[in-house]
Amino acid sequence: MGRATEILRARFADCFLDAHEQHGDETVVLRPEGIATVAAFLRSDAELQFNVLMDVTAVDYPGRTPRFEVVYHFYSLPRRARLRVKLPVPEEQPEVDSLTPLWKSANWYEREVWDMFGIRFRGHPNLKRILMYEGFEGHPLRKDYPIKKRQPLIGPMN
Amino acid sequence: MGLKRIVTRVFGDDSFVTTKLDAAIGWSRKYSLFMYPFVTACCGMEYMSVSSSHYDLDRFGAAFPRFSPRQADVLIVVGTISHKIAPVLTRVYEQMTEPKWVIAFGVCTCTGGFYDNYATVQGIDTLIPVDIYIPGCPPRPETVIQGIMMLQEKIQKQRQEY
Amino acid sequence: MADDMKQEPAVERRDNPVAAAAEDDDARRMVINIGPSHPAMHGIIRIMTELEGETVRKAEIEIGYLHRAFEKSAEHVGWNGVMPYTDRLNYVSPLINNFGYCMAVEKLMGIRPPERAEYIRTLMAELSRVGDHLTCVGASAMELNAFTAFLYFMAARELIYELVEDVTGARITIAYGRVGGVRADLPEGFIPKALGFFKTIRKNIAEVHGLLTRNRIFYDRMRDTGVICAADALDYGIMGPFLRSTGVAHDLRKAEPYHMYSRVEFTVPTGTRGDNYDRYLVRMEEMEQSLRICEQCFKQMEPGAHQADIPPEYIDANQMVDAAKHAQTECLIDREARLSPNMEGQEHRHKRQVIADDKTAAMPSLGKTYGNIESLMNHFMLVMNCHGIRPPAGEAYAAVEGANGELGFYVVSDGTGYPYRVRVHPPCFPILASLEKVLVGGMVADIIATFGSVNMIGGELDR
Repeated sequence: MGRATEILRARFADCFLDAHEQHGDETVVLRPEGIATVAAFLRSDAELQFNVLMDVTAVDYPGRTPRFEVVYHFYSLPRRARLRVKLPVPEEQPEVDSLTPLWKSANWYEREVWDMFGIRFRGHPNLKRILMYEGFEGHPLRKDYPIKKRQPLIGPMN
Repeated sequence: MGLKRIVTRVFGDDSFVTTKLDAAIGWSRKYSLFMYPFVTACCGMEYMSVSSSHYDLDRFGAAFPRFSPRQADVLIVVGTISHKIAPVLTRVYEQMTEPKWVIAFGVCTCTGGFYDNYATVQGIDTLIPVDIYIPGCPPRPETVIQGIMMLQEKIQKQRQEY
Repeated sequence: MADDMKQEPAVERRDNPVAAAAEDDDARRMVINIGPSHPAMHGIIRIMTELEGETVRKAEIEIGYLHRAFEKSAEHVGWNGVMPYTDRLNYVSPLINNFGYCMAVEKLMGIRPPERAEYIRTLMAELSRVGDHLTCVGASAMELNAFTAFLYFMAARELIYELVEDVTGARITIAYGRVGGVRADLPEGFIPKALGFFKTIRKNIAEVHGLLTRNRIFYDRMRDTGVICAADALDYGIMGPFLRSTGVAHDLRKAEPYHMYSRVEFTVPTGTRGDNYDRYLVRMEEMEQSLRICEQCFKQMEPGAHQADIPPEYIDANQMVDAAKHAQTECLIDREARLSPNMEGQEHRHKRQVIADDKTAAMPSLGKTYGNIESLMNHFMLVMNCHGIRPPAGEAYAAVEGANGELGFYVVSDGTGYPYRVRVHPPCFPILASLEKVLVGGMVADIIATFGSVNMIGGELDR
């Protein structure tokens, strides 16, 4: 197990759920409530030094509960190490704390997750759609959104 | 409209003078095409190639793009049109002054391409009338040149308004 | 009495309207909308700027005009079917996207492409990178009205396209990468032709250097405009030439080497001030380094001694069937049945895949498919709908150094022939997010210079 997993398991035992290292990618699964503190720790810790939030995305698993999984990819530039953090988020209350106070990159990534999946981020300054047009209904990357659905914006011919 | 009305009243609708005047105006219009390149996606790369020195568009009189719809004749829609940009496309088309023609460059503008999904307009002819369809993903510059030449033929032969 | 007092300030303002206007912030500001259809031929994006005179006080960027549902489409077309969609992500350097995706799936499946395939991937990716930088610098020079530089770089780009077409068959959207290797080997005479073209490209780059680098107007417009500091860049998660221009020498090709980058020598150009001029210089130097990498790959690749060069031994189809019926199979190993004159030319190098010897991912060659029942079954299983490549259930993230920064692919598999989730981390997404801060304080004219050096590619940004 990687260094980050050990440290997180020891220090944040209350929100630590699972960890694996498939294909060499260090991954931890945490409770959604703990993300803000864990992320702040990852950034400020002198040993881990995860100073770049590379990506925020989500995956939809409609068959299981909790339905969504918000996936964060962290990168440590000095150590050249990566960490993936996954948060299982239930469908009834798809809300996670926003990381915008810590990293400016989180702003647009979280807007995209809201647009595509419908997961809200508490404390986000400007949570509105980024890729779809204003007035679009639905969250396209959810598995129950049909890919060939036609939009009313243009008219019946389309 | 004024000059055409005078000419048709004096010479008749399909007379020698009217048709020859139509042909002359068509000749002058086809060799001075001012394009409005509405470039969105990958086809833009081929558009850049076709207007550069290797596959020259300047020899067709179509060198300078005019980035104002009021000054352009040909709206060349290059690349995928999504539902978000569609109102902008219709507005640009409506702002263009007559005579105007539309070229659908690339298969995404002809039929939507292989983007058969919730975000892509399945062909811009659902939005605006199209004169020339240039399929290809992206079309080779030679195909584009053939498309421009077909447009020139169309302009030459059509009934002119002036 | 109270009314009189209320009247007085109004009378004062009417006497001095300039002073009155100067106090009213809203009246001085103008909201100008740049885009979405604008002449800086980079794609469609909308920048709503609040201007005070010529200075930008606030900039709000709206993207999403080219959202084409890449991630959703990937879930419906099968693992190999995603390849053409990846071409159209960063459409100026499509080979890099192909190989990035292939690397992610290979990581999931545990396949290692053969060495020759890795060399070919390295050099094709570097050719793509040169094409991308030529387009970026050319187009941004054109927006500053240096039209000649654009035409020169387009001429150089045509040479790159010709090389890419010789190898892959298409100019821009090539679908060349395959899980496990590449689709075809380099054709005959490619290496001398490429070396000749590199001479021309280098001459071209030197000419444009002479036109732009010490040009008074270009320098004044690009120096100290669009400045970003290293701490901000890291806060936004920016990588690539944008980050390197601020002084952080981070390049994935050196930090986490993949393909054959550990075997070639190249330097990573780094700027100091994080402005547009540094980014221009970084890109120009990166082109030179990319050409250098390609030349080293040519030298290091085995020139011809590869099994693809040796034509297989052909035997007559009837003979093969007879021998098999008599259980004399030793003479059939490594020999193929020649079934039709249409198969002529299959022994040429550029018709053969350079791919890992893995039945679950690599399609068998044409000759084997028609001549050998196991290969036919293999081909069938790989092509059949709902079957095809089936990585084991799991997830993987692989990143390559795209022309703009770190291009990452996060793939999730559920064990079926269709990807469960394919996520692209686009390198220019955080760069545009940072633009809202970078543009503030500059002038309207600087927006054009900065935007040109950002190298926003719509296909990658909006996916």
